[in-house]
Amino acid sequence: MATQSQASAAFYKQLGRMYGTYTGAFVAFIVFLAILEYIGVPNRVIGYLFVFFTLAVYAIIGVMTRTAEVSEYYVAGRRVPAFYNGMATGADWMSAASFVGMAGSLFLFGYDGLAWVLGWTGGFVLVSILVGPYLRKFGAYTVPDFMSFRFGGNFARFLAVVVLVACSFTYVTAQIFGTGIIASRFLGMQFEVAVFVGLVGILLCAMLGGMRAVTWTQIAQYIVLIIAYLVPIVILSTRKYGFPIPELTYGTAIAEITAREAQLVKDGLATLCTAANCGPTTLKPHIQPFLNYTPLNFFGIIFCMMVGTASLPHILMRYFTTPSVREARQSVGWSLFFIFLLYFSAPAYAAFSKLEVYTNIIGRPITEIRPWMFTWGELGLIQVCGKNAASLQAVIDACKSIAGHPGVIRFQDFVINTDVIVLSTPEIAGLPYVVSGLVAAGGLAAALSTADGLLLAIANALSHDVYYKMIQPMKQQSRNLTVWIIGAVIVFIMYWFMTGTGPFGIAWRWWGIGGLAVIAAATYPFLQNANDVQRRLVIARVLLLLVAIASAATASTRPSDILAMVGWAFSLAMAGNFPALVLGIWWKRTTTAGAIAGMIAGFGLCLFYLVTTRYYPQMGVDYFGMTAMLNPTTGLPIVDITKGVKPLAVQQVGWFNLNNINCGLLGMPLGFLVMIVVSLVTPAPSKEMQALVDEIRKPRGRTVLEEKTS
Amino acid sequence: MAPADTKANQEAHWSKTTRLMLTHLGIWFFFGYVIHMFVNQLNAIKIPILGFPLGFYMAAQGSLIVFVVMLFAFAKQQDKIDRDHGYAED
Repeated sequence: MATQSQASAAFYKQLGRMYGTYTGAFVAFIVFLAILEYIGVPNRVIGYLFVFFTLAVYAIIGVMTRTAEVSEYYVAGRRVPAFYNGMATGADWMSAASFVGMAGSLFLFGYDGLAWVLGWTGGFVLVSILVGPYLRKFGAYTVPDFMSFRFGGNFARFLAVVVLVACSFTYVTAQIFGTGIIASRFLGMQFEVAVFVGLVGILLCAMLGGMRAVTWTQIAQYIVLIIAYLVPIVILSTRKYGFPIPELTYGTAIAEITAREAQLVKDGLATLCTAANCGPTTLKPHIQPFLNYTPLNFFGIIFCMMVGTASLPHILMRYFTTPSVREARQSVGWSLFFIFLLYFSAPAYAAFSKLEVYTNIIGRPITEIRPWMFTWGELGLIQVCGKNAASLQAVIDACKSIAGHPGVIRFQDFVINTDVIVLSTPEIAGLPYVVSGLVAAGGLAAALSTADGLLLAIANALSHDVYYKMIQPMKQQSRNLTVWIIGAVIVFIMYWFMTGTGPFGIAWRWWGIGGLAVIAAATYPFLQNANDVQRRLVIARVLLLLVAIASAATASTRPSDILAMVGWAFSLAMAGNFPALVLGIWWKRTTTAGAIAGMIAGFGLCLFYLVTTRYYPQMGVDYFGMTAMLNPTTGLPIVDITKGVKPLAVQQVGWFNLNNINCGLLGMPLGFLVMIVVSLVTPAPSKEMQALVDEIRKPRGRTVLEEKTS
Repeated sequence: MAPADTKANQEAHWSKTTRLMLTHLGIWFFFGYVIHMFVNQLNAIKIPILGFPLGFYMAAQGSLIVFVVMLFAFAKQQDKIDRDHGYAED
């Protein structure tokens, strides 16, 4: 025992030395680029150097940590220390939306935006006390592994795979879309090519080393993303308030914003949002709650995001990699600490940006407009007087064409895309371009690390659960038949659903089918002779590649529907997984029939509410008693449902005025109810199963599930 | 000396674990929801020096700090329960 803990202490020390050196080298690299900028190297070159050097480092880590062992591939050999697993989880968790979008939502929604900050942090409490450490003791490779073991076999496993794919695929597509957007904005790359570059970056990290490689690259990506997020705002805070902790100084900014809001209303430059009139052109005070969400939806978002956190497979599987149950618990603490560093800074970004907009843009004569806006105006991300603010002349012309315009920019004249908030802060603060490049590298790190984790979660469910556990044990003949059918379905899907053009002008469907043919031809003779372990790993990698191509192809079509669905992942995971996970561990009486009925009912209801409210609102009104959604401030219906409703991106009808993103609030209670009732009317689980549940509850001893690893 | 792995010991361990779980769920619920229901009343209070309205501050930072501290405290407390009953890992 002593030698083992000595070995792990040495490993820990070595990790500290490695990542310490890495962080130092990264800082030196930033300084080096700053010097290049100073001596006149063009901005674009600096941007490229930033992105390509960071991508190269992740790829090198990914290749160096390749593995030929099953347990290394699926759970990184279960020896990632709590502290480092916390960092990796931080990167896994924080997506392009957290890095780029969160501050923007806070800018736009003020207090109401904090629902996301609370929802995306508090869930880790549930992970630690209800689910994570118990799954670690159980010893699964994937979440469906647990479902199958606890709830009697492959049907429960299959349901869990469906839930997993439903909540992870839209999510990973959004991440790849995010890499494309960031790379095309900062590097001027063509969007489709940028998506492809992102895809290659993700594959280099994940394919050879599975969970092991993803873990060590995610730590490297966390270091980049947190430095990139904090540097601009720390400098801004120091310049403005003479104190380098923005999280403390933005209180003053909020007081100034509140004063400025009153002034703008008094000067007639803005109309205050009131119960009689409230919409996108009225000013909503930054600290006033419940103007954008009703209290039900505000607390609903917090609840669904929190419970969703504790149900998302790509997060739960990170805690399978720690050396012990004890470290799994500590690791959740470290995860939230590292996430907290970013989330408690996001409101500071929002406040500083808002103060800048309210003092230096709104209420200013048009001719005094700040030039940093034009960069974003050209891209259509900032509009003044209804036109893109591409140049001073464009703004003057646009405002002149509005009758009775006072020549001073009013609140309703100014529209900003929320992505701009984080991306433009370096320019607002007057920082050199190297800081903007750093922010781009950070945004890419956030998107790539989340994409890695999600992709691995999907591919592992397909290779471990569907192939290894469900198809492999079949008899030779039916196995061959199944593989052929699945292959045919994949080709069919690729041909019919993959639209859009990939890089080099070749359609994605041909990239997909061609790739599949090459892979099949290359691996078939090998698979014939391979042993069990080799076959498992090859199939795992092939499936990872296929899922990655499918999501990149989807992302390259800029699917607005899919991007809007990302928030749904939390509710779907919550409705499908949470009751089964919690009751499976905490209530021995939960039976197979109960769990299966509960999962179907909960997930089904949530999915039904989402699809009906978004795509078939008229049917919802006609057959399911849905009513019009109400404006949160005025309480008036947003549509007249007697005149008929068409499907639109903005949700128009629903039950109880509930946002469809909160459908978990309907699905999860139903899931619990059905699971409990059906369990009580079916015979109790066997004595052996109950004894195994007792085993899961005790950290000491071997894992319950012993995988064959060689 | 840790107690033997008897049924009584197992039940005592689990009832303590359950109680700890409920305590933390209570704190989680208070700081995740209850306190934010009073945001308007809390916003009337300004935090001295920093200038934050208290209701806004709790949602932006206060509750988050509580969650982080809670998680480390929970890891320690649960480990103590496991040790006392002889179920901790070596």
